[in-house]
Amino acid sequence: MPANHRTRHVLRYLPVLPAVVLLLVFLAGPVLWAFHASLTNAGLTGRHARNPEWVGLDNYQRLLQDPVFPLSLALTVLFVAGSAILGQNVLGLALAVLMRRARPVVSATVGTAVVAAWVLPEIVAGFAAYAFFSRDGTLNQLLGRFGLGETDWLYALPMVAVVVANVWRGTAFSMLVYRAALNGVPAELTEAAQMDGAGAWQRLAFITLPVIRGSIATNLMLVTLQTLAVFTLIWVMTAGGPANASTTLPVLAYQEAFKFGDIGYGTAVASILILVGGVFGAAYLRLLKEQRP
Amino acid sequence: MTAPVQEGQRLPRQKESQPRPSHPKRSTWADVVLLFIGACFLLPLLWLVLGSLDPAAGHATKVPQQPGLDNFTAVLTPELLFRPLWNSLLLSAGTGVVTVAAAVLAAYPLSRYRSRFNTPFMYGILFGTCLPITAIMVPVYGLFVQLRLLDSLPATVLFLAATSLPMAIWMTKNFIDAVPLALEEAAWVDGASRLAGLRSIVLPLMGPGLGVVFIFVFIQAWGNFFVPFVLLLSEGSQPAAVSIFSFFGQHGAVAYGQLAAFSILYSVPVLALYAVVARGSGNSLALSGAVRG
Repeated sequence: MPANHRTRHVLRYLPVLPAVVLLLVFLAGPVLWAFHASLTNAGLTGRHARNPEWVGLDNYQRLLQDPVFPLSLALTVLFVAGSAILGQNVLGLALAVLMRRARPVVSATVGTAVVAAWVLPEIVAGFAAYAFFSRDGTLNQLLGRFGLGETDWLYALPMVAVVVANVWRGTAFSMLVYRAALNGVPAELTEAAQMDGAGAWQRLAFITLPVIRGSIATNLMLVTLQTLAVFTLIWVMTAGGPANASTTLPVLAYQEAFKFGDIGYGTAVASILILVGGVFGAAYLRLLKEQRP
Repeated sequence: MTAPVQEGQRLPRQKESQPRPSHPKRSTWADVVLLFIGACFLLPLLWLVLGSLDPAAGHATKVPQQPGLDNFTAVLTPELLFRPLWNSLLLSAGTGVVTVAAAVLAAYPLSRYRSRFNTPFMYGILFGTCLPITAIMVPVYGLFVQLRLLDSLPATVLFLAATSLPMAIWMTKNFIDAVPLALEEAAWVDGASRLAGLRSIVLPLMGPGLGVVFIFVFIQAWGNFFVPFVLLLSEGSQPAAVSIFSFFGQHGAVAYGQLAAFSILYSVPVLALYAVVARGSGNSLALSGAVRG
């Protein structure tokens, strides 16, 4: 009986319900709410908090005219490209390659040091990075030994400071991904190349990297998405300043919504960020589908 | 720590495709380079350790003139340390329990029954892991205001559980996939129900895997700053990640030594938990759950 069959089918999937409800209420709900609120003049307090009015695309038009938005967009691209795509990805790969050639004790010790920065609570990592880059912090103390002039990193070069800090914080992820990927490269391949006279660099470039290209692509996607969402590290180190010089999109959305009390405008920024994340997420899913046999 | 490694669907199963691991010659220069990078990763933590032992600590990293545990004894009070840590524990353990329970319930039918529903659902879940959580904090704040859930620990737990559910379902499903159906079928023949089979066969076999999922969720919730910062407002319900700001401002000058001591006491539990996971079955287990699609 089809009706009976259908009932059984539904009953079987009943246990999925709690998860679905949680995801709908707390993830899908806020996303939809964000798109809606970005079309209103909702405020944090006062009249517009109780009765937000529909303003259409006003917030988005304001975004286009606001000089901070393009700056923030550019800083976000810089942050992601510098700390994730270049920094974490390349350093993670380098660490994984080096670890296969180093003594096991050394690679285990260094692996622990790298992972420690990643496991640390984000606020503690933020404070540590802040102290490291501050005017009389560890970095300047070290540079002072070599007679290099004092730079106030957090004020003069805030983006450099947060990019380096995020490389420090996040490289462990890429390192773990590439360690797993390199373990899957068959020994016969590299050995055969070695017998044909290929040097270490050639083997890396022409054998190893092409074999693990799937892992490289997924890793690039994931670190991009993770870095896009970084808030606490930047908030603790520079709070987006000085004068918006390190205001990436998450920081901008937070400032507009909570510091200036303009929820509508803040959610417009957040909606852009969600859309960017969605585009990368869709690209990532495509990538996974293609990789499946 | 953010998304899991859902990487490398194509990573060959090691035992099948790789009779022997490829280990290039150990080289000393790899040791040297690695140790240098490892030292750089530890540098920002130096301030935390030295500062916590120095009653007169500032920004600068220096060996304490009169090292002592004064900073630690100063923060060992109910208001400064124990209540925030207790709140962190409630928040993280609650999130872990809710996430794992919902993930097991959802993953079982997804793993065991064939349906048109499965593939789109799993891709939807993967897409969910791509969502930049910091971007939805402004809308989530709005949602919590509307539902009068601000400052509610249970509601914050449910939200944190929703954010970690996509990764948890994905990992849990892979763990259940790895439990042979034949074992369960044997139990059914003996008259056990689906639920009894899940409880007596599947759960014990995937126990270590569930432990890994729980610990990963716990570590993420423990270290999360932004979510409780936005959603939990009263001092009495704030976890350590947020209460850490009490070392600024109110007490006049920043108590750097106490801040460092507090940071260490707050970080140790998650560092220890990570060590348990890493030692137990290596990162391999943690990754294997996430890696196999």
